[in-house]
Amino acid sequence: MNNELSAIEKTVLTDYKYGFVTDIEADEAPPGLNEDTIRFISAKKNEPEWMLEWRLKAYKHWLKMEEPNWANVKYEKINYQDIIYYSAPKQKKNINSLDEIDPELRKTFEKLGISLDEQKRLSGVAIDAVIDSVSIGTTFKEQLAELGIIFCSISEAIQEHPELVKKYIGSVVPITDNYFSALNSAVFSDGSFCYIPKGVRCPMELSTYFRINAEGTGQFERTLLIADEGSYVSYLEGCTAPIRDENQLHAAVVELIAMENAEIKYSTVQNWYPGDKDGKGGIYNFVTKRGICQGAHAKISWTQVETGSSITWKYPSVILKGDHSVGEFYSVAVTNNHQQADTGTKMMHLGKNTRSRIVSKGISAGVSNNSYRGLVHVGKNAANARNFSQCDSLLLGDKCGAHTFPYIEVKNNTAVVEHEATTSKIGEDQIFYCNQRGIDTETAVALIINGFAKEVMNQLPMEFAVEAQKLLAISLEGSVG
Amino acid sequence: MLSIHNLHASIDEKKILKGINLEIKPGEVHAIMGPNGSGKSTLASVLAGRENYEVTEGTVEFAGKDLLELSPEERAGEGLFLAFQYPVEIPGLSTTNFIKTAVNEVRKYRGEEPLDAVAFLKLMKEKMAQTHIDQSLLSRSLNEGFSGGEKKRNEVFQMAMLQPKLAILDETDSGLDIDAIRIVANGVNKLRSKDNAVLLVTHYQRLLDYIVPDFVHVLYNGRIVKSGPKELALELEERGYDFIKNEFKVEA
Repeated sequence: MNNELSAIEKTVLTDYKYGFVTDIEADEAPPGLNEDTIRFISAKKNEPEWMLEWRLKAYKHWLKMEEPNWANVKYEKINYQDIIYYSAPKQKKNINSLDEIDPELRKTFEKLGISLDEQKRLSGVAIDAVIDSVSIGTTFKEQLAELGIIFCSISEAIQEHPELVKKYIGSVVPITDNYFSALNSAVFSDGSFCYIPKGVRCPMELSTYFRINAEGTGQFERTLLIADEGSYVSYLEGCTAPIRDENQLHAAVVELIAMENAEIKYSTVQNWYPGDKDGKGGIYNFVTKRGICQGAHAKISWTQVETGSSITWKYPSVILKGDHSVGEFYSVAVTNNHQQADTGTKMMHLGKNTRSRIVSKGISAGVSNNSYRGLVHVGKNAANARNFSQCDSLLLGDKCGAHTFPYIEVKNNTAVVEHEATTSKIGEDQIFYCNQRGIDTETAVALIINGFAKEVMNQLPMEFAVEAQKLLAISLEGSVG
Repeated sequence: MLSIHNLHASIDEKKILKGINLEIKPGEVHAIMGPNGSGKSTLASVLAGRENYEVTEGTVEFAGKDLLELSPEERAGEGLFLAFQYPVEIPGLSTTNFIKTAVNEVRKYRGEEPLDAVAFLKLMKEKMAQTHIDQSLLSRSLNEGFSGGEKKRNEVFQMAMLQPKLAILDETDSGLDIDAIRIVANGVNKLRSKDNAVLLVTHYQRLLDYIVPDFVHVLYNGRIVKSGPKELALELEERGYDFIKNEFKVEA
C-alpha cells in the first residue's frame, strides 16, 4: 500500500505548453508606482479628465490600505515599486482592421490556438485579445453592433461610451473595496467592455483572451459587463503567460451588472503559468470578481476552471439584490507541485426569494494547498432565501492539502441554507481497476478527475469543455506515477 | 496458455502463496476452491499484477511471455482479464466511456486502430444482447450505486467487450442470489470457446453447477493440495473443507 502511495506522490514537472515569449518591442512605463505612473497610463490612453481623477482617487486610497494576509496562502511580500505597470506591444497606431495587427502578435495568438482571422475563427465566438496592458483587437464587432451589442476594449469604451463606463465602473466593486481592487482601479490598463441592450439575446459566445508577455510587468485588466433588461450573454475568458523565474502579479477586477430578467453566464479557464516543480516563478492571480443581480429575476452564473497560477486568490461573488434573482458558482480548482489556491465565492442574498447554488471541486496534487472559502449571507429582508453548497475535494497523494472554510450568516429565519462537503483520495483500487482493463495510470487519473469535475465541466460552453478537460489532465500530468 | 511454476508471493512480509503449480490450456475451465484465507484471491491478484503483493519465487508464463515482467495494463493488453470480487466505483465516469477507453487502449497495445463511435456501438449492442445487460446501467457512473448483482454483470459485460484469452473470475458468485448467479454464469458460458480459458476462484460449489469446470483444484495454506475432475467439487461440498484441513494439518 505504501509503495503505491509514494508512487502517487512522485511529482514530475508538468509541461506548460504556453510558456513561450513573443519577441515584440514594447512601449513601457518605467517600473514603480506613483502619481506620475498613473498620469502616464491615463495620458497614453488619451483618457478624459474624470477617468484620471477616478484613478488618482483610487491610488490615494490604496496608499492608506494594508495588504491583506488572511488567505490560506504563503508568498514573499510583493514590492510594488518593482513592477512595470504599463507595457504595450509597439504597433502602428489606429488599426483599422485586424489585418493590420503585427504579424508577430498574430503568430502569438495562433500558437495559443486562437485565430484572430475572422474567416478562420472559432465558430460562433467573438474574441477580444489583450496582450500585456492593451487590447489588440476584437473580432465580430460589426455583426454584434447590428444588434446594438457593444463589445470592445475598456479603453475604447472610455472614449466611445463614456456615459456607460462612468455610470457603472466601480458600481459593483468600489475603489475602496479591497487592496487589490484599489490598486487595479488606479493602474488598470485594459480589459473588455460589453453591453447587451434590452431584450437582446447575444447570438455568440463573447470571449476575452489575456496574455502576459513582457518581463517584469503586472497585468491589471478591468472587465465591465452590463446586461440590460431581459437580455442574455455568455462570456468566456482565458489566460496564459510565458515561463519566467520571477513571480508576476495579475490583479484584475471584473464587474457584472444584470438588470431585471437578464442573465449573464461568465466562464473562466485560467491557465496562467503556475511556476516550475520547485515552486519558482508563476503568476500571482489576485482577482476581484463580482456581479450584481440588480433587478428581479436576474441571474448570474460563474463557472471557473482554475489550473494555472502559482497563487490563486479570488472569490467570484453575486449580490442578489433583485427579488427572485439567482446566483450560481461552479468551480474546479486544480493545484499541483507548489501551487496554492484560496478560492470560493460569496452569495449575498438581499432580495426576497433569492436562490444560490455553489458547487466547488478542488483537486490537489504534489505539495500543493487548495482551499475553498465561501460566504453565504442572508440579509434581514431576504425572505425565503435558498442556498445549496457542495464542496468536494480530491487528493492525489498525501503531501497536499485540501481545506474548506464555509461561512454562513443568516439574518432571516425563513432562509434555508444547506452545505455538503466531502474529501476523497484517488484510491489505488480505482487505479488498479483501470490498469487491469488496459488503461495506463495517467489516463486513469484523467478519467477519474474528469468524472469528479463533471458537474462543473458540464456548465462550460461546448466550445471550451473539451479543451478544459484536456487542461485538467495536462495540469496533473506526472503527478501520479 | 498459462503456466505457473512454484509461485511464492507475500504481502507485508507475510507469506501467502507457498509454491503454486498450475497449467491451463486454451478451451479449459479450471476452478480453484478452498477455505477462507487459503490464498485464492491472492493468486488472482498476483496474476493480474496488483502492486502490494511481492512475488518472491517462481515463474508465470502467459501466452509465451513472462507475465511477471509485465505491468497490469500490459497484462490486460495480452488478454488477461480479472473480474473483481469488489468492483470499484468511479463517480462521474460513465460506464460506457470507461469501457470504450479500455477497449481502445487494449487495441492500441495490440497495434490496432481504435474503434470509432459507430463500430464501438455495434460491438456494444451485440455484447449487451449476449450478456443481457441493460443500456441504462451503462450510461450510469461506473458501478456507482449498482447493486451487487449489477456490479457482477457489469464485470461479465466488460469481459465480453474485451474478449480476453484468459478470464479470471474472483469470487464472482459471492453476495449473489441464485438468479443472479445463473445470469452471470450464462454470460460466462456464452463467452467460452476453444481458444480462451477461464479460471474460476470460488468458495462454494454452487457456481460450478452453472459453469462446469474441466478441473478442480483445492488451495489450502498457499498450496494446491488436491486436483481432480469436476466431481471433486461435489465431494468438497459434501464433506466440507475440514477433511482437507485434517488431511494436511501436519504440513500446515
